[in-house]
Parts: sequence; structure tokens; C-alpha cells
Amino acid sequence: MYSDKVMDHFKNPRNVGEIADADGVGEVGNLKCGDVMKIYIKVKDDIITDVKFKTFGCGAAVATSSMATELIKGKSIEDAIKLTNKAVVEALDGLPPVKVHCSVLAEEAIKSAIADYYKKIGKDPTPIIGCSGNCEHCPGHSM
Amino acid sequence: MGRKARDGVFIMKKTIYVDNAATTPTLKPVLDAMIPFFCEHYGNPSAMYGVAGEAKEALEEARRRVAALIGADEDEIFFTGGGTEADNLALRGVMCAPKNTRKHMITTEIEHHAILHPAQQLEREGFRVTYMPVDDKGRVSLSAIADEATPDTALISVMAANNEVGTIEPIAEIGAFCRGRGIIFHTDAVQAAGHMKIDVHEMKIDLLSMSAHKFGGPKGVGAIYIRRGIRLLPLVLGGGQEKGMRSGTENTAGIVGMGMAAKIAAENMEEDMKRVAALRDKLIKGVLEIKKTRLTGDPENRLPGTASFVIEGVEGESMVLLLNEEGICAATGSACSTASLDPSHVLTAMHIPHEIVHGSLRISIGVQNTESDIDHIIAKLPGIVARLRAMSPMWNEEI
Repeated sequence: MYSDKVMDHFKNPRNVGEIADADGVGEVGNLKCGDVMKIYIKVKDDIITDVKFKTFGCGAAVATSSMATELIKGKSIEDAIKLTNKAVVEALDGLPPVKVHCSVLAEEAIKSAIADYYKKIGKDPTPIIGCSGNCEHCPGHSM
Repeated sequence: MGRKARDGVFIMKKTIYVDNAATTPTLKPVLDAMIPFFCEHYGNPSAMYGVAGEAKEALEEARRRVAALIGADEDEIFFTGGGTEADNLALRGVMCAPKNTRKHMITTEIEHHAILHPAQQLEREGFRVTYMPVDDKGRVSLSAIADEATPDTALISVMAANNEVGTIEPIAEIGAFCRGRGIIFHTDAVQAAGHMKIDVHEMKIDLLSMSAHKFGGPKGVGAIYIRRGIRLLPLVLGGGQEKGMRSGTENTAGIVGMGMAAKIAAENMEEDMKRVAALRDKLIKGVLEIKKTRLTGDPENRLPGTASFVIEGVEGESMVLLLNEEGICAATGSACSTASLDPSHVLTAMHIPHEIVHGSLRISIGVQNTESDIDHIIAKLPGIVARLRAMSPMWNEEI
């Protein structure tokens, strides 16, 4: 069912953990299947210097959150905002269709952490981030 | 499940298969019994010449063996393409029978989809179906069923034992109730047949579904028991085989395999049940050592091999994937593991909270498992659970 890359990120997830003095924390959940992802970021001079995650969920949930943190680590906030679930899926060599929603959750978790960072520094996150990370109120996502 | 050695050769780790509720390996004597019916005794059992004669005889011998497994008479056994087909035939065969004027049937919330989906289809066709709730052990209540039964009730269908949690239902009591009220009683014994003693005449069962691949037989063949005197509308029409109840040239090899599996199950049932139950109990004891872990289903009236748990703070598919890395083949009822993203309807019906259903782990021990298999699972599972809990945003180790 899963590609070798997905299995690798599932068995050896990168960046698992928490950041006590994080500059942004985002937590999103999919109530239907029960997956929950929490992302912590440390930001200096607009660069994401450190990122950690915790995830409760299936193989795809763990793999997509792991990959998402890899894709934004060391990047600028401006670049990290552009992260799409499609990029995560491609980086993982694909996901079964029924698991693509996990990659959407990972994208939302990252954006939620960045939105939290913006709020902390007094910037309005909405025009840039868009999604609040709350799946229940979402009209849809481009996959 | 294997690993690549440096020169590219794939090494198979020992497989510990504990998903026997999903299917069982075909027993070697079963396969041996089936082989002659492919290239030697390949005749169509309905034909009148030599090569057909052996096939016909073997068919009838298989019928006798399957009947003996459940205490039926041989002329009450009809072979089908599996347990699902038998379930569909039971429900539609009764409700849609030309002489049936009643519109109501009763079943339970924890039935297999092979009962629930035909029942839902019958509802769409104008019949009324009551789905009985179960308690937190997965047990259905006879008095609650009795309250729902009306003069318009044609059929009550309750599974003999549940495939996910192993709970054994009070089918003899339900049978007696139905017999007294003139209601046809069907039991889906797909999970139970071959693993517990069933006597259809004693238990007053009118219809029963069974499936060969759940007790060491091949996949693609099953049977329905129909008590003498009961008329069903057949599902599959054609050349009139199985006394018109299920047309189609018989799957001789498969049926012979089912017969042999039934014979072996009957001969070894008492001993197997004891041995497998002991392994199950050892496993349960070991797994319950893990913090915040619960056994689901009836702790006493359960199938000998089924041990299913809900483990807090971990998600079922992840658990199954990591167990697979250790060569252990188990199952889960978590939402993430299904195509529909719906959690197990059985665990949900048992009032297990949504968040905890995600941590479901289903282990079903079979006759081929050994004590060292159990020891291996008990050794590996705590580490897997700890690893997943450490990654979870919702698990706090100090609690």
C-alpha cells in the first residue's frame, strides 16, 4: 500500500518532539479518521531554524508530518507558507488516494504553526495563511 | 516482512500470523484431498459417466462431513460460493419468498457487512429491519429482541459469534424463542463454525451460514444449512444444482476441501479449543500489562482464538504496520485502516468512545500458532506502543 519513502518516514520519522519555547505552535485534527498533528517552529530573522512534530495517526499521517517538517526546515517563512499537500505527496513518491487527506492535514498543521507565529508577533495571519487548520469548516482543498 | 541481505537476497523473517478471523491458511490434508478433483476426477457431478461418478460421491461425502460439524442432516446442507453468499441467501431467501407475507426482520448492530448490507437493501425494497443494540461486551439481549418481535416478524438473524471481538451470542436461547413464536431463526456462524460446538437441532436454529476458509478450508466455498421444511427463494438460478437452491456447476475441489476441513475441525475441536484458548489467555494477560489497555468483548463467552484490545494513545493502523515489521500479522478496527474512514461499527455499537476505537488491535489465534508466537507478540508489542505514544501529541506519560 505504501511507497518505500512513506514507510521510511513512518519507521524513521524526522524531527519528532516538542519545542518548549516555540515561536509558533499549530495543532490540527481530522475528526473523522481521528488523526491529530502538532507542529512547533522556531523562527529567527524570518527563517525556520527548527521544527518539531507530534502526530497521532496512521502510517500516512506520520509520514506526511515527518516529510512536511523536512520540507520547511531551514526555509524562510515566505517559502514555508507556499508548501502544498501536493508537494508533500510527491516528495513521498505518492500516497494511496484514500490517504491523500493526511497530506492536507500536514499542510494545514504547518500553516497553523506559522499563523500562530504571526499572531505572536502581532501580524494578521489571515490574508497570508487563509486556512485556519479547522477541517470541519473547510469548503475544500485543491489536491 | 523480510529484509534484504547485502547481496540482494530477500530473507523472510518468520511470519506470525494472528489474523485467523480474517482467513486461515488452508490445511495441508485439505489441499491433498482437493488435488485429485482438478485433473483426475474432473467430471461435472451432474453427468452420467465414469469421471463424474467420483466427483458426485466426493461431493456427497463432503456434505455429510459439513452436516456433522453442526449437527445437521446431510439433506439440510447446500453449498454456496462462500459465507457472504449464504448470508445473502438466508435474508433474501426468507423475506422475498413467494409465500412470505411478513415484512419485518430483526438483526443486530454488530453483524458482519454480509448481513447488514443485504438488510439495508431489503429496507430500500420496502421491508422493515430492526437492528438490535448490544451492551459494552457486545452481547445482544434476548428480552430486548422479544420486545421487538411482532406478528409481522418473519426472520431473526443473530450471529453466533462476533468476528471482531469474539463475543458468543445466546443463540440457543434465541432459537428457542423463535421456535415458540414461529419466527425463522438464522445465525451467521461464519466465525463460529469449526471453533465452537454448534448443534442446529438442539439449538433450534433454522438457517445457518458457514465459510470454509475460516476453519482451514479453501476460499470461495461455503454452505447454508436450511432446516427441513423451510422454503427459501433461491438467489442464483440456472441448472438446478443443490436441489435448485444454488445453481451452477459445483466447485467440486472446493467443496471436497470444505468437507475435509470440517472433518478435521470436528475431530480436533475439543483439543484445539483448549489449546488455543490457553494461548489466547496468555496473550491477554501479557498485553494487559501495557498501561491503559482494555480487552474488548465478553471476557468469558468468547471464541477461543479471539483477543481484541483498545490501546489508548496509539492509532491502530500504525500499530499493525509496526507489528508487520516484526513479522506479526494482526488487524485493527481503526478508522484510518478502512477505505471509508469509518471506525469499526462493532466497537462503536459497544459504546467504546470514538477516540479509543482508533487504538483497536485485533489478534485472532489459530490452530497453527505456538506458544513462542505468543511470547514474541508479548515481547514486541509494548515497545511498539511506547514508540507510538512517544510520538503522539495526546499522550502524557506521567498520567
